[in-house]
Amino acid sequence: MVPQLSWYLALSAVLFTIGVVGVMIKRNVISMFMCIELMLNAVNLTFVAFSSFFRDLSGQLFVFIVMTVAAAEAAVGLGIIIAIFRNRESLDVDDARSLKL
Amino acid sequence: MLRYIIFAPLAGAVINWLVGRRLRNERFIGIVACAAVGVSTLIAFYLAFNSNGALRSTQPIMDHLWTWIQVGKFRADFALAMDRLSGIYALFITFVGLLIHVFATGYMHGDRGYYRFFAYLNLFMFAMLTLVLADNFLLMFVGWEGVGLCSYLLIGFYLDKDEAAPAAKKAFIANRVGDWGFVLGLMLVFFMTGSISFFDKPGYSVSSALTAISTLPIDGFTWHAIFAGGVTSIAVLLFIGATGKSAQIPLFVWLPDAMAGPTPVSALIHAATMVTAGVYMVVRCNTIFTHAPTAMFIVAIIGAGTALFAATIGIAQNDIKKVLAYSTISQLGYMFLACGVGAFIAAIFHVMTHAFFKAQLFLGSGSVIHGMHHEQDMRRMGGLRKYMPITWITMCAGWLAICGVPIFAGFFSKDEILWKTWSASSFVPAGFNKALWFVGAITALLTAVYMTRLMVMTFWSNERFGADHSADHHQTEHGGHSAEGAHEPHAHTPHESPLSMTVPLIVLAILSTIGGLVGVPYALSSLAGGRPDNYFERALEPVVGHAPESTTTGEATSEVHWQTPPPQEIDGKPAFGPAHEAGGAEHAASATELNEERLFTLISVVIALVGIAIGWLMFQRQPLRQMPRLLENKYYVDEAYDAAIINPIHVTSREGLWKIFDVGVIDGFLHTLGRTIVDLGRTFRYMQIGFVRGYAAIILAGALIIIGYFAYHGAQLLMR
Repeated sequence: MVPQLSWYLALSAVLFTIGVVGVMIKRNVISMFMCIELMLNAVNLTFVAFSSFFRDLSGQLFVFIVMTVAAAEAAVGLGIIIAIFRNRESLDVDDARSLKL
Repeated sequence: MLRYIIFAPLAGAVINWLVGRRLRNERFIGIVACAAVGVSTLIAFYLAFNSNGALRSTQPIMDHLWTWIQVGKFRADFALAMDRLSGIYALFITFVGLLIHVFATGYMHGDRGYYRFFAYLNLFMFAMLTLVLADNFLLMFVGWEGVGLCSYLLIGFYLDKDEAAPAAKKAFIANRVGDWGFVLGLMLVFFMTGSISFFDKPGYSVSSALTAISTLPIDGFTWHAIFAGGVTSIAVLLFIGATGKSAQIPLFVWLPDAMAGPTPVSALIHAATMVTAGVYMVVRCNTIFTHAPTAMFIVAIIGAGTALFAATIGIAQNDIKKVLAYSTISQLGYMFLACGVGAFIAAIFHVMTHAFFKAQLFLGSGSVIHGMHHEQDMRRMGGLRKYMPITWITMCAGWLAICGVPIFAGFFSKDEILWKTWSASSFVPAGFNKALWFVGAITALLTAVYMTRLMVMTFWSNERFGADHSADHHQTEHGGHSAEGAHEPHAHTPHESPLSMTVPLIVLAILSTIGGLVGVPYALSSLAGGRPDNYFERALEPVVGHAPESTTTGEATSEVHWQTPPPQEIDGKPAFGPAHEAGGAEHAASATELNEERLFTLISVVIALVGIAIGWLMFQRQPLRQMPRLLENKYYVDEAYDAAIINPIHVTSREGLWKIFDVGVIDGFLHTLGRTIVDLGRTFRYMQIGFVRGYAAIILAGALIIIGYFAYHGAQLLMR
C-alpha cells in the first residue's frame, strides 16, 4: 500500500496540533520551545509532501529556508532562555511576566 | 553704462561689509564708500550732460540688464532708464550723497560700527538709485523696499540707544502700511493696462502702462471714483504708498522718531533723498494722477494739511533734529501740494532745492551736535557762532534758503509752488486754490519763524551749555535768564568740526544759495532782462507732458511741444516758452498775469521777512520761551495712534489671538489629541498581561479566526 498525500497531511496536522497544544499548556520554557520546533517541522512535512505530490522542487527549497530560520530562532530563543534563567533561577514562563528582565 | 551708477555703491557696500569689517581701518572704509558713490556721481553727470545725455535728448537712456520675470502677459525687466526726471533725481542723489558720505567720514569717526555704517549707507545709495532709475513699477518697488530696509537699519544703527530700536520698527511698520497701497496700485496698473513699464520699448508690442493710461478718459471728480477700481483708485493707492515713504498725514509719525539715527543718515535719507521718493513716484506717474482729479484733490489737501500741521509742531520742538524733521515733513507737504495742483515741475524743483538746503541744515546740525559732544537739545546751546563760525555761516545759507529769502534756492521753488497753487485752475475746484494758497502762505510764515528760532537758539542768544542739568531745567521754566556759569571755561567747550565735515557744508551752502537760479521764473528773469524762460521747467517739460484738457485729447507726445515755435511776442515781451503754456496751469501769458505773479513773489518775500522778524523778536531775548504744550507734545498724535490703533492691536493680540486663539484653539486641539492617545494607551495596556501562554492563546485565536474566514469563504466557493 503506497502512502497517499493525505496520510502525510494528516500526520502533519496531528503533529502541528500537538505543538499548539504543547505551547498552550506547558509551563517549562524548554518544552514550549520544543513544541514550537514541532510545529515548524509539521509544516516542513506538508511542504515536502506537496513538493513530492506536485513534482515541484520549490516546496523543498522552502523547507531549507524554514530550517535555517528555525536554527536562527533556536539560537536567539536559547539565548533568551539562558538570560531569563540566570535572572530568575527558573524555567517557568509564568515567573517571567513582568515585561522586563 | 547706466548700470554702473547703481552697482558701484553696491560694490562699495559689499567690500565694506566683507573686507572693511576685518580691516577696521577707518581710512580704508571711508575711501571705499566715498569712491563708490563718487563713481556713481561721475557716471551720472556724464550720462546726464554729455552731448547725447539724458538732460539733452528727449529720449530716455535705457539699459536693459535682463528680463526679470516673464509669466504670461506679465513682464518685468531688470532694466534701467534715465530720462530728464530720473536724471535730475540721480544727479542730486549722487552729488548730495557724495557730500554726505564725505561728511560722515568725519562725523562717524571713532564709532565701533564704522564699517557697518558705510556698508548700509552705500547699500542705501544702491537702493535709492534703483528706485529712481527703474524703468518699471516692480523694479521701482524693489528700490522702494530697499530704501525702507536701509532706513530701518540706519535708524536703528546705534544699538545702545534705547529709542533707536522702537524708532526703527516704527519707521518700518509705517512704511509697510504705505507699501500695501503701493503694491495694490501696482497690481491694479497691471490689471488695467497689461504692463508695468514706464517707457515704451522698441521691439515690445505692449505699450507701457503710462502710455496706456494716457489714452483712457479722465475719471470723474467724484468720491465714488476712489473705490471704482479705475485710474482714480490706482492714483489713490499709489498716493498711500507716497504718504508712507514721504511722511505725509496720516503716516508721518515715523519721521520725527527716525532722528534717532546718526545725523548724516537724517540728512541723506530722512531729508534729501528717500523721503522725496514719494514725490518722485507721483511725478513719474503724473499721467495717472492727471487722469484722476479726485486723487489730485486728495494729494493737494493732504499736502497742504501736512505742511501746516508739521510746521506748527516744528515751532515748539526743542531737539534741533526734531525741528528739522518736522520742517522736512512740512516741506514734503509743499511738494505734494504742488503735485496736487498739477505743478509737477515746481514739486521737483522744490525737491531739488530742498535736497540742497535741508541736507545743508541737517549736516550743519550734525556739525553742531558733533561740536557740542552729542548734545541735541537747543535749550543747552546758544551763542555758538563764536565757536563754530563755518557751521554758522553755512547754516545761515540753509536757513535763508528754507525761509524763502530772495536769491537763495528755496525762494524760487517755494514761490513757484505758491504761485502755481494760487493760479491753479485745472485740478482744483474753484475757490480751493485760494484756500490752499493761504495754507501754504501761513506755512511759509511759520517756516520762517521756526527756522529763525532754531538759528537763534543755536547760534545767537546767550550761551547755555555750561550750565548743568538741573539748572538748565530750571531755566526752561523761567526762560531767558541765562546761566551765569556759561562763560566759565568748561570741559565741554564747543569746537569747530574737522575739514571733512566743513567742506561738504560749504559746498551745500553754496548750492543752497545759488541752486535755485536754474529755475528762475520768467516773471522775474524778464525783470532783469535775463534768459527768456525757466530752464528747469523747460528741461522737465517732456517728462511731465501737459494736463489733458478734455477727455478726448489724452497725452500728446511731448516732443511736439518741445519743438513748437519760439515764443511769440505778446505786448512787446516774449511769451512764456512753449514749456510754460503746458506747465500745469495753462494760463495765457499776459502782462497782467506776469504782474500778478510778481506781486505774489513780493508777498512771499514779505512773508519770509516777517517770519524771520517774528522769530528774531520772539526768541532772541527769550530763547527758552515756553511754547504751547499742545504743540510741544505734537498734538498728541502719537498718543492718539497708541490709543486708537496700537493698543487695540496689542490687546486683541494678547487677549484674543494669544490667550484665546493660540492657547485655546491651537494648543487646545493639540492637547486634546495627545490626551486622547494617552487614554487609548491606558486602555489597551491591560492587554499586556505578561503571561507568555496568554500571548500564545491570542495568536492562536487570531490564526483560528483567519483560517475560519478562509475556510468559510472557500466552502462557499466550492458550493457554488
